[in-house]
Amino acid sequence: MTRRSIAPLWSLFLREWRVARRIGGSGAMGVVFFLTFVTLVPFAIGPDPNMLARIGPAILWIAALMACLLSFDRLFQADAEDGSLDLLHLGSSPLELVVIIKCLAHWAASGLPLIIAAPFLGLMLQQEPIALGGVVATLLVGTPALTLIGGIGAAATVTVRRGGLLMALLVLPLTIPILIFGVSAAEAASGGSIPFLSPFLILCAMTLAAFALCPFAAAAALRYLGE
Amino acid sequence: MQRAGRRIIDNIGFMLAEGEALVVSGRNGAGKSTLLRALAGLLPPSKGAISLTSGASEVELAQNTHYLAHADGMKLALSVEENLNFWANYLVGAPDPRSLSIPQALSIVGLTHALRAPFGALSAGQKRRAALARLLVVYRPLWLLDEPMTALDQASRARFAQAMRAYGAQGGLIVVATHEPLGFNTAQELVL
Repeated sequence: MTRRSIAPLWSLFLREWRVARRIGGSGAMGVVFFLTFVTLVPFAIGPDPNMLARIGPAILWIAALMACLLSFDRLFQADAEDGSLDLLHLGSSPLELVVIIKCLAHWAASGLPLIIAAPFLGLMLQQEPIALGGVVATLLVGTPALTLIGGIGAAATVTVRRGGLLMALLVLPLTIPILIFGVSAAEAASGGSIPFLSPFLILCAMTLAAFALCPFAAAAALRYLGE
Repeated sequence: MQRAGRRIIDNIGFMLAEGEALVVSGRNGAGKSTLLRALAGLLPPSKGAISLTSGASEVELAQNTHYLAHADGMKLALSVEENLNFWANYLVGAPDPRSLSIPQALSIVGLTHALRAPFGALSAGQKRRAALARLLVVYRPLWLLDEPMTALDQASRARFAQAMRAYGAQGGLIVVATHEPLGFNTAQELVL
């Protein structure tokens, strides 16, 4: 890529990042939801350390998935409402790249804080250091895929008022494979019958596949709905 | 031209040469906005063709067009400067000497004092003026304007009409959908 084709995308990333930081909604709200969810778990199922240690990675993953879902619905809708979505079509960058950049910026503003918060919340769930490492590594690899899949849902519901529920219905089934392999890799990190690497590499592969496929689906939805 | 399976506009044709303007008028719902969206390449025509040529070669419609509809395309949380800077970087193709800097563009629309103000703090007319400044920070040979004068006061209208004439003098094409007099009398007219 030449400099001329990167500059528009970089400025788009900066804009998305600034808007996310300044409104302070998605990132902070995700982390607060994450914190609340994880804090409630020991109250609901009891403070038994062994039990918490066993289910900890799964709880952290479910909480992260829910926190991600919360923030998706405005991904394209805000742009559609203020008219910038139409203008994004008129740039020299293909819409697929625009989708990737928007998803990356969204991930940096709302996914990354979750990953940073995860080890601290893991301590409340009696996680060993090695298990914390496993959770952080799997979230780091898995959450970009969640964001990209969420991008399809957000693009498909861009014209639906209060489309959050519809989007969750569309997106949740697609995230189940990510959840399964994310949790099994995170659990394998702290010992178990399967080696850490096999589910982890499958998770990596699914994220790469999401990078390759989701932007096309989301861009196609945006083009169709833009008409 | 069709939208949601309904035929909206039929049998229209027009041709603009360098520096010319076209005023599209018609009752509400006649398809003025639909026509502009199609010209911007956001909506494929169901029959017929739209082409923009530079010299002998045809150029890409979307990348050579400025489209200004009812929404301003600006983020409320960012300052006017940040918004314009983003569009200047995002929409730019080849650098063109006719593109203005952000302060120059803002002085033309009379909004210099609001450079660092958050876009959300502006009044409706000021927002519109900031959106019009977007057309000036990147030169593109075709402007598609959908009711550009909404919410503008008399002085701003005169200023923008002046900017449109200057743009025409540089060879720019303008297609504008409006009910109001624009202040130039050389424009072609199309009634839908």
